[in-house]
Amino acid sequence: MTLKDRTAVVGIGATPYYRRGASVPETEMSMMCTAILAALDDAGLAVTDLDGFAIYSSACDPALVGSVLGVPEIRFAAGLTSGGGGSAGQLGLAAAAIVSGQADVVVSLMSLQQARRRLGGTEVDGRLAYLMAAGGGPYGGGGVQPSAAFTASSGLIAPGHSFAVLTQRHMHLYGTTREHLAEVAISQRNNAIRRPTSIQRTPLTLDDYFNARMINDPFCLFDYTLETDGAVAVITTSAERARDLRQPPVYIMASAHGGMGRWGPAIFSYFQAPDEYFASSGHRPVAKRLFEMAGVTPDDVDVALLYDHFSAMVLMQLEDYGFCGIGESGPFVADGSIRWPSGRLPVNTHGGNLSEAYIIGMTHIREAVEQLRGTAVNQVPGARIALVTGGPAALPVSGTLLRSA
Amino acid sequence: MAEVRPGVFPSPIAQPYADDTTQPFWDAALEGRLLGSRCNHCGTILIPPTPRCFNCQHVSFDWVELPGTGTVYAFTVVRHALGGYLQPVVPYVSGVVELDGTQGAGARMVANIVDCDPDTIAVGTPVRVVFDRVSDTLAVPRFAPR
Repeated sequence: MTLKDRTAVVGIGATPYYRRGASVPETEMSMMCTAILAALDDAGLAVTDLDGFAIYSSACDPALVGSVLGVPEIRFAAGLTSGGGGSAGQLGLAAAAIVSGQADVVVSLMSLQQARRRLGGTEVDGRLAYLMAAGGGPYGGGGVQPSAAFTASSGLIAPGHSFAVLTQRHMHLYGTTREHLAEVAISQRNNAIRRPTSIQRTPLTLDDYFNARMINDPFCLFDYTLETDGAVAVITTSAERARDLRQPPVYIMASAHGGMGRWGPAIFSYFQAPDEYFASSGHRPVAKRLFEMAGVTPDDVDVALLYDHFSAMVLMQLEDYGFCGIGESGPFVADGSIRWPSGRLPVNTHGGNLSEAYIIGMTHIREAVEQLRGTAVNQVPGARIALVTGGPAALPVSGTLLRSA
Repeated sequence: MAEVRPGVFPSPIAQPYADDTTQPFWDAALEGRLLGSRCNHCGTILIPPTPRCFNCQHVSFDWVELPGTGTVYAFTVVRHALGGYLQPVVPYVSGVVELDGTQGAGARMVANIVDCDPDTIAVGTPVRVVFDRVSDTLAVPRFAPR
């Protein structure tokens, strides 16, 4: 028995997307409530129906938000470990809760406000903050761990530094170029321009890309995610109940999370992955299980919403999900393959983290649902199957395949 | 703290926060020697040491001296200062070094690559460890082209 087709996403809700810090005087809690209520309303459900939280990246405290919203009874409250890598996989957790009879109506969400805190930066959190994190256990005495001294002075202090290292290796092995990275950034900007929700709506040319300041090689400004605020929530319920609700069901065909054990916690400290998957997104085994569960192949996917905190990681996911061979993603995108509407696999039709907004992967789930309902701004004609991913990030990374009714 | 030098990422720590499993590495570093932790059972070298060997799960290790040479496995040139304190430091090179005398993965070091023109570093550039004594208890391993 698997999760295949036994549950469906039935509601999506969101706040506007804001530039970093511009959501004030809203708070993460107020935006979270707005998104959850909007998602329930979208489904034709109410707070009194909600009984589960399946989250990732410690997105909320169900005890607190359940109390604030007046949820009558919480029957399931669980999250995937680690960070943004679990965004797509939280739908699998929701499905597991429902299929196992633990909950009926489950919310998954993220609410993000970066007014006082910037994700991935070390300046705001303090220079030692990142050294304090990796302890190996929740009660391990705190403080700086002995292993931290082995990486503290390396100068790799932000996620963009770490993923650039993987990217340089990819370029070395396969001849990937900055033009290939630019194609990801430009194709997604073209998609974002048409969406009223997008933060970046001005055209991006190849000249603009090559004239942009380098942040750290090979990444320039446009290879980096935006930093934004906002909240997105999605509601999942059983396939049976979904058929009676307001929106056409978007079925969860398959969901998987995890990754190769030695790819490990990619960010900051870990560069010990074996040669064969060092320059990868870490998604390869997740992709295999995902397609097996769904009983489809990469050729069956109509639109891919790939987690894009950095342009190059879209390339490596195209390889790891089998849309092209390992090392062939550069030529694949250079042929226009990921462009909407002409490419054979439109990617990040919403503009992604690079040009629409960064809500830690939630915008990708929202876009997948809109595509499969047939209501997307940049609609892929007749889209039936969508791939959504979370990460690359510290494991678990995740993927979910959704299909229309 | 040590003076700020272009290309040299200033160590954010002045002591190695060592325990019994890591102290020998830092003692050797102060003497300019690079050690690896070798599994007594299968010979896999681990940097940093961990409680178990990832290859065979055994628990017993000893220290072996490494030649201190290696090659750049992957890297980035950091040009944007993440914080004002790094303004006089950028551009600096940080990367992953694969060490001679090891099996490679599992014993790679993550380090600042110094004494170089950042634009000349490539995957495969031969490097050698250089220890920068930042306090009486900590010598930071960095690498320089050889």
